[in-house]
Amino acid sequence: MSKKENKKQSLLDWLGNSQLWKSIIRSGVPRTRRQRMYAILGNVFLHLHPARLPRHAVKLGYTWCMGGLSFFLFVVLTITGILLMFYYRPTVEYAFTDIIDLGEQVPLGIMREIHRWGAHAMVLTVWLHMLRVFMTGSYKPPREFNWTVGVILMTLTMFLSFTGYLLPWDQLAIWAVTVGSNMARAHPFIGSEGPGASLLAIGDINLVHAGSDVRFGLLGGRFVGEATLLRFYVLHCIAVPFIAMIFMAVHFWRIRKDGGISGPM
Amino acid sequence: MVAFQAPCKFMLQYLKDFIDYLSAPTISFTLLTVMFPFVFPPTDWFQKMHKKLGFHHMWTNKGGIAGILLITAFFVMGFLDKNFNIILTKPDNFPIILMTYTMFFFIWLGMKKAYVNDERLDQGKKPDEYHDPEDKVLVWPDLVYIELIALILFTVFLIVWSILVAAPLEEPANPAATPNPSKAPWYFLGLQEMLVYFDPWIAGILFPLFIIIGTSAIPYMDINPKGDGYYSFKERRVGIFIFMYGWIVLWVFLIVIGTFFRGPNWNFFGPFEFWDPHKIEALNNVNLSEYFWVIGLNKPLPTNPLVRESIGILATAFYVFLLPPLLAKTWLKDMFKAYGPVRYSFLMLFGLLMLSLPIKMYLRWIINLKYIVSIPEWFFNI
Repeated sequence: MSKKENKKQSLLDWLGNSQLWKSIIRSGVPRTRRQRMYAILGNVFLHLHPARLPRHAVKLGYTWCMGGLSFFLFVVLTITGILLMFYYRPTVEYAFTDIIDLGEQVPLGIMREIHRWGAHAMVLTVWLHMLRVFMTGSYKPPREFNWTVGVILMTLTMFLSFTGYLLPWDQLAIWAVTVGSNMARAHPFIGSEGPGASLLAIGDINLVHAGSDVRFGLLGGRFVGEATLLRFYVLHCIAVPFIAMIFMAVHFWRIRKDGGISGPM
Repeated sequence: MVAFQAPCKFMLQYLKDFIDYLSAPTISFTLLTVMFPFVFPPTDWFQKMHKKLGFHHMWTNKGGIAGILLITAFFVMGFLDKNFNIILTKPDNFPIILMTYTMFFFIWLGMKKAYVNDERLDQGKKPDEYHDPEDKVLVWPDLVYIELIALILFTVFLIVWSILVAAPLEEPANPAATPNPSKAPWYFLGLQEMLVYFDPWIAGILFPLFIIIGTSAIPYMDINPKGDGYYSFKERRVGIFIFMYGWIVLWVFLIVIGTFFRGPNWNFFGPFEFWDPHKIEALNNVNLSEYFWVIGLNKPLPTNPLVRESIGILATAFYVFLLPPLLAKTWLKDMFKAYGPVRYSFLMLFGLLMLSLPIKMYLRWIINLKYIVSIPEWFFNI
């Protein structure tokens, strides 16, 4: 490069060509077509995308952006959730007062609001994403299995929301979870008031009763109490997000492997 | 002015009473179900009527604006009404208001685009989404910037929402004080509404399980290869009709009922009605076995539960096991041929289970039927 051309370089270009920048982002400042494609390929996060897309794939009218927003909300919920975990203790003694403190004592006291409303919004964006995929027939071969993975993710989203519902430990929380988990009591065979449960008996001794059925396992007791709170806390913060992340990885990977975003032939 | 106000108030009250009347599940569910094939026509005849009755105007810009205005008018009226205001302004019900708008808007948007494409396909053109496959765009910058903007706008929306509306928090948990009504989280209220008609083992276990399995199985049940990758209606009208009925009527609409129209003791209340905890609804539901033995044959109920419930068991067995092969031989002959025995059986299972909800609803409403099969000894009630 001659000295004259060097003078024309902007600060950004100078930075982009520096050893430090190039060691992190190899493409440099993405100005040429080649660099722009490399910017996607060389970045682990952006590499979720292909480097080039058909024109309809970047139109909001086609995608509604709902899948992306669902993932974005998952990230928002993870970050706000981590922040909330610094303050919240999942015990009957402290849970409710910690929630009050989250609004009144903690700096930036809208973390819980963002977390809660974000969770509701995520249920909606996931539903709308499903509606979009249905309306465009994008579940058709070869994308059948990815639709199924999506349905599992939707179920996990609702279960995540449901387990989080209990944590504030207010009237709304315990009674909503009581109503929800009472269903488990009626599970055929493994619920104490489900059809067929009475068949599982040795002589006069019932194997499935209120102290051993699936509801007991979910709640860690005969009613929504201290053990339930801890159980739902662990499910909500670790177990279900962990499972959801595995399915998300499969979901995103399969989009690419099934031929990228759907579109008319 | 005063002379003008009185009739106005009277008219408004009349309108509210009318909406309350319409909202009753018996009326609103029936209206929705009857209107549904005219809005999402699955056959040629319905398609013709759909055009004749002018329902296709719903999926134009004018229809969209009219829909949004109608929903807004309903909520504004509700906000100004002292009874509905209490329910509408509960912070936990805010997502449902958002749901009502977004569901309407996106169903409208999808259908509008579908109709545009249908017309294009009729004219022999490619769908609106089609572009020359060689003409691609670069993800950097054409997509990443859109994503960045969407992300920023949504973050702003979320922060503004969080500043304006405090997250719901009621009194500290008290296991001794059961609220009336006790409601599940809003996205499960459709299932809770099904509890009115079915026992928990069906409404709370079997239905959710089959909703998940059935929804997962859609790509394997829908063997129509058309309409892949673009909005369309005509090419997939039966599939869209079934999906939309399940989605709008049996899921979203039941959530709206469960949220806005179910008060103390899970009794029905019109949106503008006061939630009176002492409202009494006569429960005079009768089991099928009682209809058969006591009312029909004028005999006491047999003591053996299998004999007592034989009619119900036979009816259920006929519905689940005999109806599918019967239909395969007669009315759905062509479908059976196209689908093959395995796919057909699963489709029938999902379809019949889905249909069992409206069937049970109408049996309840018309002949006060409590259970088709009632063996409380084994917790086995259908």
